[in-house]
Amino acid sequence: MAEITFREALNQAMAEEMQRDENVYLMGEEVGYYNGAYKVSQGLMEKFGASRVIDTPIAELGFAGVGIGSAMVGLRPIIEMMTFNFSILALDQIINNAAKLRYMSGGQFKIPIVFRGPGGSAHMLAAQHSQCLDPWFCNVPGLIVMTPSTPYDGKGMLKTAIRDDNPVIFIESESMYGFKGEVPEEEYLIPIGVGDIKRGGSDITLVAWNKMVHVAMEAAAILEKEDIEAEVIDPRTLKPLDEQMIVTSVEKTNRCVVIEEGWPYAGVGAEIAARISALAFDSLDAPILRVSSEDLPMPYAHNLEKEVLPSVDKVVRAAKKVLYI
Amino acid sequence: MAKAKLDKEKLLWMYRMMLLIRRFEERTAQMYGMQKIGGFCHLYIGQEAVGVGTVAAMKKGDYLISAYRDHGHILAMGTDPKPVMAELFGKATGVSKGKGGSMHLFDNEKGYMGGHGIVGGQIPLATGMAFAIRYKKSNQVVVCSFGEGAVHQGAFHESLNLAKLWNLPVVYLIENNRYGMGTPLERASAVWDLSQKACSYDMARATVDGMDVLQVNEAMKEAIERARQENQPTLIEARTYRFRGHSMSDPVHSHYRTKEEVEEQKERDPISSFQAYLLDKKILTKKMADTIEDEIKKEVMDAVKFAEESPLPSLESRFSDVYA
Ligand SMILES: Cc1ncc(C[n+]2csc(CCOP(=O)(O)OP(=O)(O)O)c2C)c(N)n1
Repeated sequence: MAEITFREALNQAMAEEMQRDENVYLMGEEVGYYNGAYKVSQGLMEKFGASRVIDTPIAELGFAGVGIGSAMVGLRPIIEMMTFNFSILALDQIINNAAKLRYMSGGQFKIPIVFRGPGGSAHMLAAQHSQCLDPWFCNVPGLIVMTPSTPYDGKGMLKTAIRDDNPVIFIESESMYGFKGEVPEEEYLIPIGVGDIKRGGSDITLVAWNKMVHVAMEAAAILEKEDIEAEVIDPRTLKPLDEQMIVTSVEKTNRCVVIEEGWPYAGVGAEIAARISALAFDSLDAPILRVSSEDLPMPYAHNLEKEVLPSVDKVVRAAKKVLYI
Repeated sequence: MAKAKLDKEKLLWMYRMMLLIRRFEERTAQMYGMQKIGGFCHLYIGQEAVGVGTVAAMKKGDYLISAYRDHGHILAMGTDPKPVMAELFGKATGVSKGKGGSMHLFDNEKGYMGGHGIVGGQIPLATGMAFAIRYKKSNQVVVCSFGEGAVHQGAFHESLNLAKLWNLPVVYLIENNRYGMGTPLERASAVWDLSQKACSYDMARATVDGMDVLQVNEAMKEAIERARQENQPTLIEARTYRFRGHSMSDPVHSHYRTKEEVEEQKERDPISSFQAYLLDKKILTKKMADTIEDEIKKEVMDAVKFAEESPLPSLESRFSDVYA
């Protein structure tokens, strides 16, 4: 198997799907001539031409809506958000149109569209450029929300997202684009709504996604030195959620910490904790804890930013707390 | 160069301020390279005449608001370079207490209403400040700066209509540096002549050479007068050029523009041409120019020293300023 970067894996997914179906096209700011602000679309314009890899002006609401309109009549757009911070400008189209057109029309339309790009913080980008909006999208019926943590998952999930007939929000990470991982030559797909056990263990369940999976894995390695075996579960799709995988794990470990980069208030972690309480209450030996960003806009100064974000140390502490050690 | 209708003192202020901004940012780039500064950092080098010619036309009490390419604007508004550099360093003594960084400089007291990170996001804010000025019947004016890339956001169009509809004292200033990141104007805009956008709102408009501080200043004075006396908005396009990459992580000339193009544009350097003009008019002497250069060098070094020696924000400070 070849070791490739996250950005290459995503690039391959788009290239393969564009090859496979000529209705698939890529649109967004700097995706073409510039090869993508984060080089995820490197070489795609050269390969598929400017009619299928389309640079837009800075007009998120407009081009998100153009994508949705084109999907109503049969195209399958991939809309790149330079970062998901700028998707806030496009939310009207995503929430009022992409998510609702099928329902409001009694099923007359399908909206096969992917909105993809990096979410969350990078490094010292301050409040307007460091936002993790996962729960915003998860709150909306009609949207699917996927968020990979490895190059392998990224490729298989993005191919599925492009083939799916529903609007998919696909959240990547600026700081993971350079991560390397093994990706097979042959084609594979990772289904929507199926999580992955990133590490088996029987003492505690850590649920994490996107770059928090790597924080959880590091915490698990530290816990292992103290003979605590953590199971790390990456739901991969946040909506619909693989609650069965989480519940099965908690039934085994009886303890759970959810790690998320977003804000705690009404976050995805709260949803996961509520589901575990509802479905596996009798298995729990301790309250479910969440490790998230603090309930603050992101400060610029690095020393403050570090405090605000979840960390390996915070996860280890939370794990020990639910283990009563 | 446009003909100066200004007194000597003002002309020398403009020269000095453009040079201060240039030297401040050259040092900023160096400090970024040394990782004293982080995050996204966008230099104004090449565009100094636009900000300085603009501020020279404003009065105390007027407001200026801009995008993330904001070092030049806040310095021109009279903020001490020390807390500006300290903000870039993420220090407690920074203008935004280390919470904003390069993209989010603010100085409310001086009328600098901030550096804004979302393209086009400050345009409705400027319009709102102008609304408040009318509401309170005060005699101020708002100047709103943004790149040509922002003209394609809905917020720009909604704002222009409101400003004209409600007779608001605001000047919209397009700093057209030819590129929004790697996208040249002609690949982003259906029209080349951007001040035309004013026509659909029946708004006054002007196009100026953004490399000529006097031309910028003349057009801005006229527009500000129109705003102050008649409560009428204006759209000005200043044609300028950025000599550096889009941000510190973008090379000066990657494939979207050639080295030759950048070099050719540097011939239009707004500072050297203004210096030549002032020398020619005997407003500035070589000796004075050297003294100014030395003073500015010291001022910038003092700012760096101040930033270096300032404390980091206390960890507790992250909880303050979320709510009033
Ligand atoms: C709404 C939004 N979309 C995208 C971006 C990313 N971005 C930052 S600067 C920029 C280019 C802006 O160009 P322009 O408005 O011409 O200003 P300049 O940087 O040239 O001064 C882009 C696309 C952003 N900050 N905000």
